Amino acid sequence: MNAPVDHQTLITPAHPKALASGQFKVTARDVDVYYGEKQAIKKLSIDIPDRAVSAFIGPSGCGKSTFLRCINRMNDTIPTCKVTGLIDVDKRDIYDPNIDVVQLRAKVGMVFQKPNPFPKSIFENVAYGPRIHGLAAGKTELDEIVEKSLRKAGLWEEVKDRLAQPGTGLSGGQQQRLCIARAIAVNPEVILMDEPCSALDPIATAKIEELIDELRQNYCIVIVTHSMQQAARVSQLTAFFHLGTLVEYGDTNEMFTAPQEKRTQDYITGRFG
Amino acid sequence: MSEHIVKSYDEDLSQLRTMLAQMGGLVEQQLDDAIDALTRRDTALADRVIQNDERVDVLEREIEEKAILTIARRQPVARDLREIMVAIRVSSDLERIGDLAKNTAKRTHAMSDQLPRKLMVGVTRMGRLAQVEVKNILDAYSRSDADLAMEVWRADEDLDALYNSIFRELLTYMMEDPRNISLCTHLLFGAKNMERVGDHATNIAENIYYLVHGKPLSEGRPKKDVTSGMRVDIEGSDDR
Repeated sequence: MNAPVDHQTLITPAHPKALASGQFKVTARDVDVYYGEKQAIKKLSIDIPDRAVSAFIGPSGCGKSTFLRCINRMNDTIPTCKVTGLIDVDKRDIYDPNIDVVQLRAKVGMVFQKPNPFPKSIFENVAYGPRIHGLAAGKTELDEIVEKSLRKAGLWEEVKDRLAQPGTGLSGGQQQRLCIARAIAVNPEVILMDEPCSALDPIATAKIEELIDELRQNYCIVIVTHSMQQAARVSQLTAFFHLGTLVEYGDTNEMFTAPQEKRTQDYITGRFG
Repeated sequence: MSEHIVKSYDEDLSQLRTMLAQMGGLVEQQLDDAIDALTRRDTALADRVIQNDERVDVLEREIEEKAILTIARRQPVARDLREIMVAIRVSSDLERIGDLAKNTAKRTHAMSDQLPRKLMVGVTRMGRLAQVEVKNILDAYSRSDADLAMEVWRADEDLDALYNSIFRELLTYMMEDPRNISLCTHLLFGAKNMERVGDHATNIAENIYYLVHGKPLSEGRPKKDVTSGMRVDIEGSDDR
Protein backbone atom coordinates (compact mmCIF):
# COMPACT_ATOMS: atom_id res chain seq x y z
CA MET A 1 0.00 0.00 0.00
CA ASN A 2 2.92 2.25 0.55
CA ALA A 3 4.15 1.98 -2.98
CA PRO A 4 2.86 4.75 -5.19
CA VAL A 5 -0.40 3.45 -6.52
CA ASP A 6 -1.86 3.57 -9.96
CA HIS A 7 -5.57 4.19 -9.76
CA GLN A 8 -6.08 1.95 -12.75
CA THR A 9 -4.87 -1.05 -10.82
CA LEU A 10 -6.29 -2.88 -7.88
CA ILE A 11 -5.60 -1.21 -4.59
CA THR A 12 -5.50 -3.53 -1.66
CA PRO A 13 -4.92 -2.26 1.83
CA ALA A 14 -2.17 -4.59 2.93
CA HIS A 15 -1.70 -3.09 6.35
CA PRO A 16 -2.27 -5.81 8.90
CA LYS A 17 -2.91 -3.37 11.74
CA ALA A 18 -5.98 -1.86 10.19
CA LEU A 19 -7.27 -5.17 8.97
CA ALA A 20 -6.69 -7.16 12.15
CA SER A 21 -10.21 -8.42 12.70
CA GLY A 22 -11.83 -8.33 9.31
CA GLN A 23 -11.91 -9.41 5.75
CA PHE A 24 -13.01 -7.57 2.69
CA LYS A 25 -16.68 -6.76 2.85
CA VAL A 26 -17.05 -4.67 -0.24
CA THR A 27 -15.01 -5.11 -3.38
CA ALA A 28 -15.23 -3.13 -6.57
CA ARG A 29 -13.57 -3.79 -9.90
CA ASP A 30 -13.28 -1.36 -12.79
CA VAL A 31 -16.37 0.59 -11.86
CA ASP A 32 -17.42 3.38 -14.22
CA VAL A 33 -20.29 5.67 -13.37
CA TYR A 34 -21.92 8.07 -15.80
CA TYR A 35 -24.49 10.76 -15.24
CA GLY A 36 -25.78 11.03 -18.79
CA GLU A 37 -22.72 11.87 -20.87
CA LYS A 38 -20.59 12.92 -17.95
CA GLN A 39 -18.34 10.29 -16.43
CA ALA A 40 -18.28 10.68 -12.63
CA ILE A 41 -16.12 7.66 -11.79
CA LYS A 42 -13.41 6.12 -13.91
CA LYS A 43 -12.21 2.53 -13.59
CA LEU A 44 -12.41 2.40 -9.83
CA SER A 45 -11.20 -0.68 -7.99
CA ILE A 46 -11.13 -0.99 -4.23
CA ASP A 47 -11.31 -3.58 -1.43
CA ILE A 48 -13.01 -2.37 1.72
CA PRO A 49 -12.43 -4.41 4.87
CA ASP A 50 -15.07 -5.43 7.41
CA ARG A 51 -15.05 -4.10 10.96
CA ALA A 52 -13.14 -0.97 10.13
CA VAL A 53 -13.99 2.58 9.22
CA SER A 54 -12.94 3.67 5.75
CA ALA A 55 -13.07 7.41 5.09
CA PHE A 56 -13.54 8.75 1.57
CA ILE A 57 -12.03 12.19 1.12
CA GLY A 58 -11.52 14.44 -1.85
CA PRO A 59 -12.64 17.76 -3.29
CA SER A 60 -16.27 18.32 -4.26
CA GLY A 61 -17.20 16.52 -7.44
CA CYS A 62 -14.44 13.94 -7.12
CA GLY A 63 -16.90 11.05 -7.14
CA LYS A 64 -16.65 9.93 -3.53
CA SER A 65 -20.38 10.33 -2.76
CA THR A 66 -21.27 8.86 -6.13
CA PHE A 67 -19.27 5.74 -5.38
CA LEU A 68 -20.70 5.54 -1.86
CA ARG A 69 -24.19 5.57 -3.36
CA CYS A 70 -23.26 2.74 -5.71
CA ILE A 71 -22.63 0.46 -2.76
CA ASN A 72 -26.35 0.24 -1.92
CA ARG A 73 -27.61 1.12 -5.38
CA MET A 74 -28.91 4.46 -4.24
CA ASN A 75 -27.94 5.72 -7.68
CA ASP A 76 -30.74 3.62 -9.18
CA THR A 77 -33.06 6.46 -8.21
CA ILE A 78 -31.29 8.81 -10.62
CA PRO A 79 -32.62 7.98 -14.13
CA THR A 80 -29.56 9.22 -16.06
CA CYS A 81 -27.12 7.34 -13.88
CA LYS A 82 -25.36 4.35 -15.38
CA VAL A 83 -23.07 2.04 -13.42
CA THR A 84 -20.78 -0.51 -15.06
CA GLY A 85 -18.13 -2.79 -13.63
CA LEU A 86 -18.42 -5.10 -10.67
CA ILE A 87 -19.39 -4.29 -7.09
CA ASP A 88 -19.60 -7.16 -4.62
CA VAL A 89 -20.88 -7.11 -1.08
CA ASP A 90 -19.98 -10.35 0.65
CA LYS A 91 -18.87 -11.71 -2.73
CA ARG A 92 -22.35 -11.22 -4.24
CA ASP A 93 -22.70 -8.99 -7.24
CA ILE A 94 -25.12 -6.31 -6.08
CA TYR A 95 -25.93 -5.23 -9.64
CA ASP A 96 -27.13 -8.74 -10.44
CA PRO A 97 -30.69 -8.33 -11.82
CA ASN A 98 -31.91 -11.04 -9.45
CA ILE A 99 -30.90 -9.18 -6.35
CA ASP A 100 -33.61 -7.69 -4.13
CA VAL A 101 -32.70 -4.04 -3.83
CA VAL A 102 -34.83 -3.56 -0.72
CA GLN A 103 -32.96 -6.38 1.00
CA LEU A 104 -29.68 -4.94 -0.20
CA ARG A 105 -30.46 -1.56 1.31
CA ALA A 106 -31.32 -3.18 4.63
CA LYS A 107 -27.99 -4.94 4.59
CA VAL A 108 -26.16 -1.84 3.42
CA GLY A 109 -27.65 0.99 5.46
CA MET A 110 -27.15 4.65 4.84
CA VAL A 111 -26.98 7.82 6.90
CA PHE A 112 -27.23 11.12 5.09
CA GLN A 113 -25.73 14.55 5.46
CA LYS A 114 -28.89 16.15 6.75
CA PRO A 115 -30.72 14.23 9.48
CA ASN A 116 -33.92 13.01 7.84
CA PRO A 117 -36.16 11.32 10.41
CA PHE A 118 -39.61 10.30 9.22
CA PRO A 119 -42.35 12.68 10.35
CA LYS A 120 -43.40 10.09 12.90
CA SER A 121 -42.66 9.28 16.51
CA ILE A 122 -39.19 8.40 17.72
CA PHE A 123 -40.40 4.83 18.25
CA GLU A 124 -41.89 4.54 14.78
CA ASN A 125 -38.74 5.90 13.15
CA VAL A 126 -36.79 2.94 14.49
CA ALA A 127 -39.59 0.36 14.37
CA TYR A 128 -40.54 0.98 10.75
CA GLY A 129 -37.68 -0.93 9.17
CA PRO A 130 -37.83 -4.06 11.33
CA ARG A 131 -41.62 -4.15 10.86
CA ILE A 132 -41.62 -4.01 7.06
CA HIS A 133 -38.73 -6.48 6.89
CA GLY A 134 -40.61 -8.78 9.27
CA LEU A 135 -37.79 -8.89 11.76
CA ALA A 136 -40.00 -8.84 14.85
CA ALA A 137 -42.50 -11.54 15.77
CA GLY A 138 -44.55 -9.39 18.09
CA LYS A 139 -44.87 -6.19 20.01
CA THR A 140 -42.40 -7.19 22.75
CA GLU A 141 -39.77 -8.17 20.25
CA LEU A 142 -40.22 -4.93 18.37
CA ASP A 143 -39.86 -2.99 21.61
CA GLU A 144 -36.62 -4.83 22.24
CA ILE A 145 -35.24 -4.06 18.80
CA VAL A 146 -36.11 -0.38 19.20
CA GLU A 147 -34.45 -0.17 22.60
CA LYS A 148 -31.37 -2.07 21.47
CA SER A 149 -30.96 0.11 18.39
CA LEU A 150 -31.41 3.33 20.32
CA ARG A 151 -28.91 2.13 22.91
CA LYS A 152 -26.37 1.27 20.23
CA ALA A 153 -26.86 4.71 18.78
CA GLY A 154 -26.25 6.22 22.21
CA LEU A 155 -29.67 7.85 22.24
CA TRP A 156 -31.73 5.64 24.56
CA GLU A 157 -31.10 7.49 27.80
CA GLU A 158 -32.05 10.79 26.18
CA VAL A 159 -35.32 9.64 24.59
CA LYS A 160 -36.62 6.64 26.58
CA ASP A 161 -39.29 8.76 28.28
CA ARG A 162 -40.59 10.36 25.12
CA LEU A 163 -40.63 7.63 22.49
CA ALA A 164 -44.06 8.73 21.34
CA GLN A 165 -42.96 12.25 20.51
CA PRO A 166 -42.07 13.16 16.92
CA GLY A 167 -38.52 12.41 15.83
CA THR A 168 -38.37 15.75 14.11
CA GLY A 169 -38.60 17.47 17.51
CA LEU A 170 -35.15 16.27 18.55
CA SER A 171 -32.00 18.37 18.23
CA GLY A 172 -29.91 18.00 15.06
CA GLY A 173 -27.37 15.72 16.71
CA GLN A 174 -30.11 13.59 18.28
CA GLN A 175 -31.91 13.37 14.95
CA GLN A 176 -28.73 12.13 13.31
CA ARG A 177 -28.28 9.49 16.00
CA LEU A 178 -31.94 8.56 15.51
CA CYS A 179 -31.19 8.02 11.82
CA ILE A 180 -28.25 5.84 12.78
CA ALA A 181 -30.53 3.86 15.15
CA ARG A 182 -33.00 3.50 12.28
CA ALA A 183 -30.24 2.15 10.04
CA ILE A 184 -28.99 -0.25 12.70
CA ALA A 185 -32.48 -1.58 13.50
CA VAL A 186 -32.61 -3.74 10.35
CA ASN A 187 -29.35 -5.56 11.16
CA PRO A 188 -27.18 -4.06 8.46
CA GLU A 189 -23.64 -5.24 7.84
CA VAL A 190 -22.37 -2.19 6.06
CA ILE A 191 -23.19 1.38 7.08
CA LEU A 192 -22.60 4.13 4.57
CA MET A 193 -22.41 7.66 5.91
CA ASP A 194 -22.47 10.66 3.63
CA GLU A 195 -21.04 13.60 5.59
CA PRO A 196 -23.03 12.64 8.68
CA CYS A 197 -21.68 15.49 10.80
CA SER A 198 -21.59 18.40 8.41
CA ALA A 199 -24.81 19.87 9.82
CA LEU A 200 -23.89 19.31 13.46
CA ASP A 201 -22.09 21.32 16.14
CA PRO A 202 -18.77 20.07 17.57
CA ILE A 203 -20.35 18.36 20.58
CA ALA A 204 -22.94 16.50 18.51
CA THR A 205 -20.14 15.69 16.06
CA ALA A 206 -18.01 14.24 18.85
CA LYS A 207 -20.93 12.05 19.96
CA ILE A 208 -21.42 10.72 16.44
CA GLU A 209 -17.69 10.07 16.11
CA GLU A 210 -17.68 8.22 19.41
CA LEU A 211 -20.61 6.20 18.11
CA ILE A 212 -18.85 5.42 14.82
CA ASP A 213 -15.87 4.20 16.80
CA GLU A 214 -18.10 1.81 18.78
CA LEU A 215 -20.01 0.63 15.73
CA ARG A 216 -16.88 -0.37 13.89
CA GLN A 217 -16.54 -3.36 16.23
CA ASN A 218 -19.50 -4.91 14.42
CA TYR A 219 -19.91 -3.20 11.07
CA CYS A 220 -18.11 -2.24 7.94
CA ILE A 221 -18.39 1.54 7.91
CA VAL A 222 -17.71 3.84 5.00
CA ILE A 223 -17.86 7.55 5.66
CA VAL A 224 -17.62 10.40 3.22
CA THR A 225 -16.33 13.54 4.87
CA HIS A 226 -15.07 16.95 3.95
CA SER A 227 -13.28 17.33 7.24
CA MET A 228 -9.71 16.06 7.04
CA GLN A 229 -9.56 16.04 10.82
CA GLN A 230 -12.65 13.90 11.00
CA ALA A 231 -11.20 11.41 8.56
CA ALA A 232 -8.02 11.35 10.62
CA ARG A 233 -9.94 10.91 13.87
CA VAL A 234 -12.50 8.24 13.00
CA SER A 235 -11.09 6.08 10.25
CA GLN A 236 -8.58 3.28 10.04
CA LEU A 237 -8.34 3.54 6.28
CA THR A 238 -8.57 6.58 4.10
CA ALA A 239 -9.29 6.72 0.39
CA PHE A 240 -8.47 9.86 -1.53
CA PHE A 241 -10.56 10.52 -4.63
CA HIS A 242 -9.78 13.06 -7.30
CA LEU A 243 -11.53 13.74 -10.60
CA GLY A 244 -13.41 10.47 -10.49
CA THR A 245 -10.42 8.29 -9.75
CA LEU A 246 -9.15 6.69 -6.58
CA VAL A 247 -5.71 8.18 -6.07
CA GLU A 248 -4.64 6.48 -2.89
CA TYR A 249 -6.23 4.14 -0.35
CA GLY A 250 -4.41 3.08 2.75
CA ASP A 251 -3.73 3.23 6.45
CA THR A 252 -5.08 6.50 7.84
CA ASN A 253 -2.09 6.99 10.12
CA GLU A 254 0.26 6.93 7.18
CA MET A 255 -2.04 8.91 4.96
CA PHE A 256 -1.97 11.85 7.33
CA THR A 257 1.71 11.78 8.22
CA ALA A 258 3.36 10.62 5.02
CA PRO A 259 1.05 10.18 2.03
CA GLN A 260 2.62 8.61 -1.03
CA GLU A 261 0.94 10.64 -3.72
CA LYS A 262 1.61 14.31 -4.29
CA ARG A 263 -2.06 14.95 -5.07
CA THR A 264 -3.06 13.49 -1.70
CA GLN A 265 -0.42 15.56 0.07
CA ASP A 266 -1.56 18.73 -1.69
CA TYR A 267 -5.19 18.11 -0.86
CA ILE A 268 -4.91 17.19 2.80
CA THR A 269 -2.48 20.01 3.52
CA GLY A 270 -4.79 22.56 1.90
CA ARG A 271 -2.81 23.26 -1.25
CA PHE A 272 -5.34 22.30 -3.89
CA GLY A 273 -6.56 24.81 -6.41
CA MET B 1 6.17 22.82 -2.55
CA SER B 2 3.20 24.76 -3.85
CA GLU B 3 1.41 27.32 -1.75
CA HIS B 4 -1.48 26.81 0.64
CA ILE B 5 -4.89 28.09 -0.34
CA VAL B 6 -4.85 30.03 2.94
CA LYS B 7 -1.91 32.40 2.54
CA SER B 8 -1.49 33.14 6.24
CA TYR B 9 -0.73 29.43 6.74
CA ASP B 10 2.27 29.82 4.44
CA GLU B 11 3.28 32.88 6.42
CA ASP B 12 3.14 30.92 9.67
CA LEU B 13 5.41 28.24 8.23
CA SER B 14 7.81 30.68 6.63
CA GLN B 15 8.06 32.66 9.88
CA LEU B 16 8.94 29.45 11.66
CA ARG B 17 11.63 28.75 9.09
CA THR B 18 13.00 32.27 9.42
CA MET B 19 13.16 31.96 13.20
CA LEU B 20 15.06 28.70 12.89
CA ALA B 21 17.48 30.20 10.41
CA GLN B 22 18.05 33.03 12.84
CA MET B 23 18.59 30.64 15.73
CA GLY B 24 20.91 28.51 13.60
CA GLY B 25 22.99 31.56 12.69
CA LEU B 26 23.22 32.65 16.30
CA VAL B 27 24.28 29.21 17.49
CA GLU B 28 26.91 28.98 14.76
CA GLN B 29 28.29 32.33 15.91
CA GLN B 30 28.24 31.24 19.56
CA LEU B 31 30.16 28.09 18.71
CA ASP B 32 32.71 30.04 16.68
CA ASP B 33 33.21 32.57 19.47
CA ALA B 34 33.47 29.89 22.15
CA ILE B 35 36.22 28.11 20.22
CA ASP B 36 38.03 31.39 19.54
CA ALA B 37 37.77 32.40 23.18
CA LEU B 38 39.18 29.09 24.33
CA THR B 39 41.96 29.03 21.76
CA ARG B 40 43.06 32.61 22.42
CA ARG B 41 42.06 32.51 26.09
CA ASP B 42 40.05 35.60 25.48
CA THR B 43 37.92 35.94 28.62
CA ALA B 44 36.05 39.00 27.35
CA LEU B 45 34.85 37.05 24.33
CA ALA B 46 34.02 34.09 26.56
CA ASP B 47 31.84 36.34 28.72
CA ARG B 48 30.01 37.55 25.65
CA VAL B 49 29.27 33.96 24.64
CA ILE B 50 27.93 33.25 28.12
CA GLN B 51 25.68 36.30 28.00
CA ASN B 52 24.42 35.62 24.49
CA ASP B 53 23.23 32.15 25.42
CA GLU B 54 20.14 33.81 26.85
CA ARG B 55 19.22 34.94 23.34
CA VAL B 56 19.44 31.37 22.09
CA ASP B 57 17.13 30.22 24.86
CA VAL B 58 14.64 32.98 24.11
CA LEU B 59 14.59 32.00 20.44
CA GLU B 60 13.96 28.38 21.32
CA ARG B 61 10.97 29.37 23.44
CA GLU B 62 9.63 31.61 20.69
CA ILE B 63 9.96 28.84 18.11
CA GLU B 64 8.19 26.43 20.38
CA GLU B 65 5.34 28.87 20.98
CA LYS B 66 5.02 29.61 17.29
CA ALA B 67 4.98 25.88 16.49
CA ILE B 68 2.33 25.10 19.10
CA LEU B 69 0.20 28.00 17.95
CA THR B 70 0.47 26.85 14.34
CA ILE B 71 -0.56 23.32 15.28
CA ALA B 72 -3.53 24.66 17.21
CA ARG B 73 -4.66 27.01 14.46
CA ARG B 74 -3.97 24.97 11.33
CA GLN B 75 -4.15 21.33 12.40
CA PRO B 76 -1.30 20.56 10.04
CA VAL B 77 -0.97 17.13 8.44
CA ALA B 78 1.54 15.26 6.32
CA ARG B 79 4.59 17.28 5.30
CA ASP B 80 3.35 20.41 7.09
CA LEU B 81 3.05 18.48 10.33
CA ARG B 82 6.50 16.97 9.91
CA GLU B 83 7.87 20.41 9.15
CA ILE B 84 6.57 21.76 12.45
CA MET B 85 7.54 18.76 14.57
CA VAL B 86 11.02 18.83 13.08
CA ALA B 87 11.28 22.57 13.75
CA ILE B 88 10.58 21.93 17.45
CA ARG B 89 13.16 19.16 17.61
CA VAL B 90 15.80 21.06 15.66
CA SER B 91 15.38 24.10 17.87
CA SER B 92 15.89 21.95 20.94
CA ASP B 93 19.08 20.46 19.45
CA LEU B 94 20.29 23.94 18.59
CA GLU B 95 19.59 25.09 22.12
CA ARG B 96 21.73 22.22 23.44
CA ILE B 97 24.52 23.14 21.03
CA GLY B 98 24.27 26.68 22.42
CA ASP B 99 24.60 25.32 25.96
CA LEU B 100 27.68 23.34 24.98
CA ALA B 101 29.23 26.45 23.43
CA LYS B 102 28.51 28.34 26.63
CA ASN B 103 30.00 25.60 28.78
CA THR B 104 33.10 25.56 26.61
CA ALA B 105 33.41 29.34 26.88
CA LYS B 106 33.14 29.14 30.67
CA ARG B 107 36.23 26.97 30.77
CA THR B 108 38.27 29.77 29.21
CA HIS B 109 38.41 31.41 32.64
CA ALA B 110 39.80 28.31 34.28
CA MET B 111 42.76 28.12 31.93
CA SER B 112 43.51 31.71 31.17
CA ASP B 113 46.68 31.82 33.28
CA GLN B 114 48.05 28.55 32.03
CA LEU B 115 50.10 28.46 28.92
CA PRO B 116 51.16 25.23 27.19
CA ARG B 117 49.65 25.98 23.80
CA LYS B 118 50.38 22.66 22.21
CA LEU B 119 47.70 21.13 24.44
CA MET B 120 45.07 23.33 22.83
CA VAL B 121 45.65 22.23 19.26
CA GLY B 122 43.56 19.06 19.36
CA VAL B 123 40.55 20.66 21.02
CA THR B 124 40.63 23.59 18.63
CA ARG B 125 40.68 21.16 15.71
CA MET B 126 37.70 19.33 17.13
CA GLY B 127 35.91 22.61 17.59
CA ARG B 128 36.47 23.56 13.95
CA LEU B 129 35.32 20.17 12.76
CA ALA B 130 32.16 20.40 14.88
CA GLN B 131 31.60 23.88 13.52
CA VAL B 132 31.73 22.62 9.94
CA GLU B 133 29.25 19.90 10.84
CA VAL B 134 26.86 22.45 12.33
CA LYS B 135 27.22 24.75 9.34
CA ASN B 136 26.55 21.93 6.87
CA ILE B 137 23.60 20.60 8.79
CA LEU B 138 22.03 24.05 8.93
CA ASP B 139 22.53 24.36 5.17
CA ALA B 140 20.95 20.94 4.70
CA TYR B 141 18.04 21.98 6.90
CA SER B 142 17.39 25.27 5.16
CA ARG B 143 17.39 23.48 1.80
CA SER B 144 15.56 20.38 3.10
CA ASP B 145 18.40 18.39 1.58
CA ALA B 146 18.33 14.88 3.02
CA ASP B 147 21.39 13.76 1.05
CA LEU B 148 23.56 16.51 2.47
CA ALA B 149 22.13 15.74 5.92
CA MET B 150 23.21 12.13 5.53
CA GLU B 151 26.72 13.26 4.58
CA VAL B 152 26.94 15.18 7.83
CA TRP B 153 25.48 12.21 9.64
CA ARG B 154 28.23 9.96 8.33
CA ALA B 155 30.96 12.56 8.80
CA ASP B 156 30.33 12.60 12.53
CA GLU B 157 32.50 9.49 12.71
CA ASP B 158 35.54 11.69 12.08
CA LEU B 159 34.67 13.82 15.06
CA ASP B 160 34.33 10.75 17.25
CA ALA B 161 37.67 9.42 16.03
CA LEU B 162 39.34 12.74 16.78
CA TYR B 163 37.80 12.77 20.22
CA ASN B 164 39.24 9.34 20.95
CA SER B 165 42.72 10.43 19.99
CA ILE B 166 42.48 13.65 22.00
CA PHE B 167 41.29 11.71 24.99
CA ARG B 168 44.38 9.52 24.75
CA GLU B 169 46.65 12.47 24.11
CA LEU B 170 45.39 14.38 27.12
CA LEU B 171 45.85 11.34 29.31
CA THR B 172 49.49 11.18 28.37
CA TYR B 173 49.99 14.85 29.23
CA MET B 174 48.42 14.24 32.60
CA MET B 175 50.71 11.34 33.22
CA GLU B 176 53.72 13.38 32.18
CA ASP B 177 53.12 16.09 34.71
CA PRO B 178 50.38 16.17 37.34
CA ARG B 179 50.37 19.98 37.10
CA ASN B 180 48.70 19.54 33.72
CA ILE B 181 45.76 17.71 35.22
CA SER B 182 43.58 20.76 35.92
CA LEU B 183 44.06 22.22 32.44
CA CYS B 184 43.73 18.86 30.74
CA THR B 185 40.51 18.07 32.55
CA HIS B 186 39.00 21.30 31.32
CA LEU B 187 40.20 20.56 27.82
CA LEU B 188 38.78 17.08 28.04
CA PHE B 189 35.39 18.54 28.89
CA GLY B 190 35.82 21.00 26.05
CA ALA B 191 36.55 18.14 23.67
CA LYS B 192 33.59 16.19 25.02
CA ASN B 193 31.42 19.24 24.44
CA MET B 194 32.46 19.34 20.79
CA GLU B 195 31.79 15.64 20.45
CA ARG B 196 28.29 16.27 21.83
CA VAL B 197 27.81 19.15 19.37
CA GLY B 198 28.45 16.60 16.63
CA ASP B 199 25.85 14.27 18.14
CA HIS B 200 23.25 17.04 18.08
CA ALA B 201 24.14 17.73 14.46
CA THR B 202 23.45 14.08 13.66
CA ASN B 203 20.11 14.32 15.51
CA ILE B 204 19.23 17.20 13.24
CA ALA B 205 20.36 15.12 10.25
CA GLU B 206 17.99 12.32 11.26
CA ASN B 207 15.17 14.83 11.58
CA ILE B 208 15.85 16.23 8.12
CA TYR B 209 15.73 12.71 6.78
CA TYR B 210 12.34 12.22 8.46
CA LEU B 211 11.11 15.56 7.17
CA VAL B 212 11.96 14.70 3.59
CA HIS B 213 11.15 10.99 3.47
CA GLY B 214 8.28 10.80 5.94
CA LYS B 215 9.77 7.89 7.82
CA PRO B 216 12.48 7.70 10.44
CA LEU B 217 15.99 6.71 9.48
CA SER B 218 16.20 3.02 10.20
CA GLU B 219 19.91 2.32 10.19
CA GLY B 220 21.86 2.91 13.37
CA ARG B 221 24.50 5.57 13.36
CA PRO B 222 28.13 4.45 13.37
CA LYS B 223 29.17 5.50 16.86
CA LYS B 224 32.89 5.57 17.26
CA ASP B 225 33.33 7.22 20.65
CA VAL B 226 35.11 4.47 22.55
CA THR B 227 36.46 6.54 25.42
CA SER B 228 34.01 5.09 27.90
CA GLY B 229 36.03 1.89 27.81
CA MET B 230 39.50 3.47 27.85
CA ARG B 231 41.93 3.03 30.72
CA VAL B 232 45.44 4.10 31.50
CA ASP B 233 48.09 1.62 32.36
CA ILE B 234 50.96 3.47 33.98
CA GLU B 235 54.19 1.89 32.91
CA GLY B 236 55.27 -0.80 35.28
CA SER B 237 52.17 -0.31 37.40
CA ASP B 238 51.81 -4.06 37.85
CA ASP B 239 55.01 -4.20 39.88
CA ARG B 240 53.99 -1.65 42.44
